[in-house]
Amino acid sequence: MKNNFKNIFKNGLGQLTIPIIAILLLVIFNLIRDPSFFRITIEIDNAGNRVLAGNLISIINAASELAILAMGMTLVTAASGGQDISVGAAAAIAGSAFVKVLKSGGNINGLIVLLAFVVAVIVAMCFGAFNGTLVSIFKIQPMIATLILFTCGRSIAYWINGGATPTVDSSIVKAIGGFIPGCPIPTPVLIVIAMAIIFKLVFHFTSLELFTQSVGINGSAAKLNGINSTWIKLLSFIILGACVAVAGCIGVSRLGLINHETLLIDIEMDTILAVAIGGNSLGGGKFKMAGSIIGAYVIHILTVTLYAMKVPSTDVKAYKAIVIIILVVIGSPVIKKWFAKTAARIKNKKASAPMKGAQ
Amino acid sequence: MRKKLGRMLLAGALAMSLLFTACNGGKAPAGGGTSGTPAPAPAASGTIKVGVVNNPPSESGYREANVKDMEAVFSPENGYELKTAYSLKNDEQLQAAQGFITEGVDYLLISAAETTGWDEVLKNAQEAGIKVYLFDRMIDVDESLYEAAVVSDMSAEGDTAVQWLLDQNLPEYNVVHIQGAMGSDAQIGRTGALDAQFASGKMNKVVQQTATWDEAEAKKIVESVINSGEEFNVIYAENDGMAKGAVAALDEHGIKHGVDGDVIVMGFDCNKWALRELLAGNWNYDGQCSPFQAQIISDLIQGKTTASSKKIINEEKGFDAKTITQDDIDTYGLGE
Amino acid sequence: MADHALLEMRHINKLFPGVKALSDVDFTLRKGEIHALMGENGAGKSTLIKVLTGVYQNDGGEIRVEGKNISIRSPQDAQNNGISTVYQEITLCPNLTVAENMFIGREKDVFVHNRRREKRANELLGELGIPARGSQMLGNCSLAVQQMVAIARAVDMNCKVLILDEPTSSLDDKEVNVLFGLMRDLKARGVGIIFVTHFLEQVYEVCDRITVLRNGELVGEYLTEELPQVQLVAKMIGKDLDEISSFGEVEEKEFSDADIFYEAKKLSSSDALPFDFEIHKGEVNGFTGLLGSGRSESVRAIFGADKVNGGTVKINGKHVKITKPIDAMKNGIGYLAEDRKRDGIIADLSVRENIILALQVMKGFFKPISRSESEAFADEYIKVLNIKTASRETPIGSLSGGNQQKVILARWLLTHPDYLILDEPTRGIDVGTKLEIQKLVLKLAEDGVAVTFISSEIEEMLRTCSRLIVMRDRRIVGELKGSDLNQAQVMKTIAGGES
Repeated sequence: MKNNFKNIFKNGLGQLTIPIIAILLLVIFNLIRDPSFFRITIEIDNAGNRVLAGNLISIINAASELAILAMGMTLVTAASGGQDISVGAAAAIAGSAFVKVLKSGGNINGLIVLLAFVVAVIVAMCFGAFNGTLVSIFKIQPMIATLILFTCGRSIAYWINGGATPTVDSSIVKAIGGFIPGCPIPTPVLIVIAMAIIFKLVFHFTSLELFTQSVGINGSAAKLNGINSTWIKLLSFIILGACVAVAGCIGVSRLGLINHETLLIDIEMDTILAVAIGGNSLGGGKFKMAGSIIGAYVIHILTVTLYAMKVPSTDVKAYKAIVIIILVVIGSPVIKKWFAKTAARIKNKKASAPMKGAQ
Repeated sequence: MRKKLGRMLLAGALAMSLLFTACNGGKAPAGGGTSGTPAPAPAASGTIKVGVVNNPPSESGYREANVKDMEAVFSPENGYELKTAYSLKNDEQLQAAQGFITEGVDYLLISAAETTGWDEVLKNAQEAGIKVYLFDRMIDVDESLYEAAVVSDMSAEGDTAVQWLLDQNLPEYNVVHIQGAMGSDAQIGRTGALDAQFASGKMNKVVQQTATWDEAEAKKIVESVINSGEEFNVIYAENDGMAKGAVAALDEHGIKHGVDGDVIVMGFDCNKWALRELLAGNWNYDGQCSPFQAQIISDLIQGKTTASSKKIINEEKGFDAKTITQDDIDTYGLGE
Repeated sequence: MADHALLEMRHINKLFPGVKALSDVDFTLRKGEIHALMGENGAGKSTLIKVLTGVYQNDGGEIRVEGKNISIRSPQDAQNNGISTVYQEITLCPNLTVAENMFIGREKDVFVHNRRREKRANELLGELGIPARGSQMLGNCSLAVQQMVAIARAVDMNCKVLILDEPTSSLDDKEVNVLFGLMRDLKARGVGIIFVTHFLEQVYEVCDRITVLRNGELVGEYLTEELPQVQLVAKMIGKDLDEISSFGEVEEKEFSDADIFYEAKKLSSSDALPFDFEIHKGEVNGFTGLLGSGRSESVRAIFGADKVNGGTVKINGKHVKITKPIDAMKNGIGYLAEDRKRDGIIADLSVRENIILALQVMKGFFKPISRSESEAFADEYIKVLNIKTASRETPIGSLSGGNQQKVILARWLLTHPDYLILDEPTRGIDVGTKLEIQKLVLKLAEDGVAVTFISSEIEEMLRTCSRLIVMRDRRIVGELKGSDLNQAQVMKTIAGGES
């Protein structure tokens, strides 16, 4: 019995311990600060739908793009041992392509939206493949390779837009970024769930997880076991490209507007952070995608908490940094070891005490 | 290995620069007459050569309109030969300006990336007999080095907007104030007038946050206010994009806004799409930040007007949803 | 006796979750003695060493150096108390120079004098007879030289207690002799040396005393001359020796050309010169030669591990193209690489995942082995190969070397290869496991699997192989079988004595 419990604690949470504790702490902190913080209400929005509202919904909704990018980034990190810093810029490109196709036809109907989305995905995957080629074939460090797109991506987005801030006015696009009539849950949240399920299925029906981890942990051994590590790395960047397109399209659909300068600005660093908070090694290897997703929500709970406390948004970044430093330090190997040691010491004491009692 | 990496990067950079050159090359004809096109026959000897150093049109909707305006006014039809150089970097702008001086333009028009470092180039221009006009942005140099500066007065924009708001005679003012990137001219100017009202107690500050011109961030800020349950009846966003973000939050929470709504929505910049929101009654006010300095400068060059002082303030309007017309949108709206 | 005791470890205990790695172990090292620490995998040798060097902290017992109680909480503590270690796997930095590696982390000056450092390094290297220069990149040196540089580093730190953990596993005979000379030299200076090795002959050549551990417990301490080799093995594996002696001579088998499974003509790779080679079904052959003779490079070419440059390959008489490992695997070839840590294990993955890896790759990306199936495979091979692991989900990196090797073996056995290449499968693992692996090789051959077996212990190869291919200077210089298969003939061929 006791062993079972111990196993659940040790194996069940494992890597996820830190992010889950972080979420719990933030939730408790907010409940003490304002017991109604997590109140969820049903409101009727201006389009006449009954929708869920409240801080909790805002958090889960706003974190959608970050959560989706974190999923892809987890794979890239695991396979290549580096990070893609061009996701924000690439999302701007994907969003621009999305809007470009939407505006090319006259009436915006479901078919055009689907076509626009497919085009956005293809475009983003091509840019992902570009990054991936630099990393996997030319062996350029991921951060340096993606620096190129990071630098010029938003200019490319502008060039696609052919103007500063094109807008689209369509009920379908609004539904993607907001609420589907009749469904009280924000659509971006549904998309995150869909993406998580897709990844789960991909992991179930392919060997992506095993191969990616093998390549990330020991590329040389993976190669000698017949794994094409070049292809696995390239694939991870292409998959991230698909995630980038989804995030970009959500970002555009929220407001029906593409601003190449501000769409998902600075999200690359938050994405990398989400992966790190999720307990994944940024040096690659073993990964847990669930950790990165939770990491994304941790970041947004933090942001929304700080806004609710009316911390000036110029200071928000500094406060965020402090909390994140604490999280990352707690998750570091040194502190983990110290925890393990302390736990073992306490256990030993406990174990020896009852024995004496029995005698 | 390191060498290899270096070569790769170089090759990549080259490929990228080629790509861009290609893009620019493709765009130039579409953008109207620029440096490459030969001047039409009629006034070949009488054409006025104008060199414009500006920020790239991709910087913002404002800049895009600004660039288009320059191209339209300083056109061959109006007797000009236009040369342009776009960069966000001061040193590149300086080089471009020096290039224009060496080439021998008649007039040099500058919207500088930074306020400092221009003395020498402007002195060179003066020695070469080239007249300098500044537009959009001031430079830290002696007044004698340029003919005139045609600029916007951001605090006047704020004053106009706040005055309009006071004229609405609301029983009380609970304002959600969404600021632009802190420290930018536009933010400082547009914040000032409102801060004065907060200080005097005439208006009540519900929240004052910067969204750094980011639409999505503006939405989050407003959402946070709504979730906290605080009352507000004015949204004062320092540009159109952030106003749109704020409105998206209102829509999702079923809060009525605009002419017949409970919350007044105010934006700046007069993008066409924003003015259309006004026309539809979804928003209440949009303040202009005019990018149209070209005609003023052209008039000065051709001697149609004379500058009463070195600093010429570009007159800017504020539009009210109740009075705006489609004509206004066509005339003053930026973008498409 | 106690007067001369340099290092005393008393009642040392060490607990890991679920395992008691050390239980009440005593160990005594005297001044100027070379003391062998012997035991099978999992006997607790490595753990004891790690406790002594501060990598682990003991959960009970005490450590005394020159009579003084000390507590070792970090490797730095160990060094400060005069305890230095050279580990089994090289732990230096390959991208620094030899000199930098020797002095890194212990220079007090902020400004480092490169020239002076290299001069000092060169003096020391010369004194110790190590064929390296201070300015060389360490990564460009052979494994053997890297090992010796590590020893030189320790020597230069004026250590009282020097721990050599499997220092000879990657050295050839000449280098071993240089090392032994060095060890005797240090011994004369009063340094106490703890020598951990699997080579029994070497123990008898240099050691004064032997301490044997088994299953985390002390078996006993013996004077070398009083403990016959057979007795030592018996104490280590804790069973009688019938099994060991049951290994007879390898049976002569006749193979016909029809039985040829694999045949290569003029096969060459980026690292191997062209060579001809064939192997029959059910045959065990070996490649032998000194380090750098090209034996590993040749088998890597067979597997497509390096870039294949030319040659023709036939499998079962049919032409095939093998340029990548996956080609070889699809043609029924398995390859257990020489460097287990670098080319074998995926350290952070579980035993289960490590076992199914090769089979999964062969089945393909879109046909994953289900969880329950993979668990069944893992359980089966953990049982068959007697792999000692806490569970099938334990990361392979936390297993002992021998058990890691068994997991890699399991990985290839699971693919049911027709031809299995084993490059140094017994390096750095204990006697018991060595015997198990040798038996396994013979069993595979009986079942019709062709096996290529490479070992730096010639005796081991003589026990298992029916044909030995001898290489020197990257070329095949001889092929021995039948009555030629004896130690003397092999040595002669390796050395190039025939004329």
